[in-house]
Amino acid sequence: MSKTLFDKVWDSHVVRKIDGGPDVFFIDRHFIHEVTSPVAFLGLKNRGLKVLYPERTFATADHNTPTINQHLPVEDPLSANQLKALEENSSEYGISHWGLGHKKNGIVHVVGPENGITFPGATIVCGDSHTSTHGAFGAIAFGIGTSEVEMVLSTQCIMQPKPKKMRINVNGELSKGVTPKDVALYIISQLTTSGATGYFVEYAGDVFENMTMEGRMTVCNLSIEMGARGGMIAPDDTTFNYLKDKPLSPKGEEWDKAVAYWKTLKTDANASFDKEINIDAKDIEPMITYGTNPGMGIGISKHIPTAEAVEGGVATFKKSLDYMGYHEDDAMVGKKIDYVFLGSCTNGRIEDFRAFASIVKGRKKADHVTAWLVPGSHEVEDKIKEEGILDIITEAGFTLRQPGCSACLAMNDDKIPAGKYAVSTSNRNFEGRQGPGSRTLLASPLVAAAAAVTGVVTDPRELL
Amino acid sequence: MAYDKFNILTTTAVPLPLENVDTDQIIPARFLKATKREGFGDNLFRDWRYNGDDTPKEDFVLNNPIYTGKILVGGKNFGSGSSREHAAWAVYDYGFRCVVSSFFADIFKNNCLNIGVLPVQVSPEFLEQIFTAVYDDPKTEIEINLPEQTITILSTGAQESFDINSYKKGNMLNGFDDIDYLQSMKGDIEAFAETLPL
Repeated sequence: MSKTLFDKVWDSHVVRKIDGGPDVFFIDRHFIHEVTSPVAFLGLKNRGLKVLYPERTFATADHNTPTINQHLPVEDPLSANQLKALEENSSEYGISHWGLGHKKNGIVHVVGPENGITFPGATIVCGDSHTSTHGAFGAIAFGIGTSEVEMVLSTQCIMQPKPKKMRINVNGELSKGVTPKDVALYIISQLTTSGATGYFVEYAGDVFENMTMEGRMTVCNLSIEMGARGGMIAPDDTTFNYLKDKPLSPKGEEWDKAVAYWKTLKTDANASFDKEINIDAKDIEPMITYGTNPGMGIGISKHIPTAEAVEGGVATFKKSLDYMGYHEDDAMVGKKIDYVFLGSCTNGRIEDFRAFASIVKGRKKADHVTAWLVPGSHEVEDKIKEEGILDIITEAGFTLRQPGCSACLAMNDDKIPAGKYAVSTSNRNFEGRQGPGSRTLLASPLVAAAAAVTGVVTDPRELL
Repeated sequence: MAYDKFNILTTTAVPLPLENVDTDQIIPARFLKATKREGFGDNLFRDWRYNGDDTPKEDFVLNNPIYTGKILVGGKNFGSGSSREHAAWAVYDYGFRCVVSSFFADIFKNNCLNIGVLPVQVSPEFLEQIFTAVYDDPKTEIEINLPEQTITILSTGAQESFDINSYKKGNMLNGFDDIDYLQSMKGDIEAFAETLPL
């Protein structure tokens, strides 16, 4: 029987099917971080359970870590306590731990792929909804709750009904200034923030085939923002070249064997999907959001739609625009901004810093703009220095911070103040997401860079 | 963590007729710093419920004493966004045992089922009927009958049935959780793991 990529990976990890219930689903790789794991470990202790396969779990600290002065003790006692709990729990149960200060420390969805922990055909979970990032490698990867973290620790399984399948095809050539982030924000704007709920997405078509791994990770990362549990892309030579020689990738004969298997991981010609969507690449322009969910995005040259023109309740739409201080039919270009955030598991990789640098090179940061440039990992930070990007951004008046989730969710001190506008390369523009009262405009690193040097929302194509 | 058994719940309801209520609203990230599952109800809907100086916002429904009860009724796509189980904990810890909406985000729904909060999905029309009934009379009681899988607005008699898979239903009725089940099949899991590459 013909199978989709998703079927192949899912079906090969079902330990047991329960009649009228979920599948018992085996997990190959489990990432944990300081925020969603402590209560799971507490649960293990209360039940007197062990970690079944500690070698399949990897811990890194990222959500609440500071992005300056990481060599100093963490000032916030609650954050410090969570970091300590992660370290102690990892040590007690024999789990590899890349804590603050470790050279491999960074955002979980950046360091996992960088180190070859992620691989095609794997099942990967983490107590973080952006675990969908790892789908870029042809893995089934999705976010779970803390109860499920406890299940994975103790049994390496969770209980999940198999989602429905959706394929999103984007074909054609992307226009100048259109990045993987724009492709994702465009798809979400078409499907809405709940349009893929209940589905697992496969991204297909030449736009994704021609994308780098960094770009594919950005797209898969944002799958959750349209409600999908995850999204995946069939592995190919781009994937294999990225993974070859990564520290934890298979080596020698094992590598050859793995690649031979990975090459079988593609959707069969006659396999069917519950839903299929086709998008023409030329319809996509650089995107920006104007509201308080990631589905509220438009091409940067467009005006904010009216309440009547969008799907959903008028009250919810108006509440959102009130929060943002915007009005129906406002143009986005020219709107004043106060902050720029480059970073996060969505856009905190080397390619994102290259894109940012390509615009700010030879220009200066606008005086009134505060910019936080936060690499996703130390490896990204090192590359920024090696490639001369640090010199370019320094010359343009920017400084580089240290790795972490930072202002994406503002658990540390990197909070956008109330009422201020931030152009952010992160993934969520929810009310208060980047700090109480903060107003977020989601966009690509190019759009963020253009805003950083002009101080207003600017079409990056004018500066390329 | 095992939880209280759920059978038939008859109670008044708290209306929150907004769509896309995300888990950052249900519990903002800055309140996720605990290492124990305690006190999350105090920060349920923190930034909608309190001003920056911690005084209550009078126009928010949780600060309006006429609306009480163990059922929270929300708009379409309730619980979108972050996978934080803390959102479900906050709902439970505040005192809700059931959330009703016309559509739930996946992970939030899953998290609720795992901790003993029953997510009940109704049609958009029935959701409107609930809002109308509760706004007409905040003392309106709603009955959630899990064995029969029905939800009834007692003042009008309007009723709808809802879906829940039989495995999760059994768990909710008995107060079991998935770990109990998974522990019981550990031998099978270990045998399965032998067949996979690391």
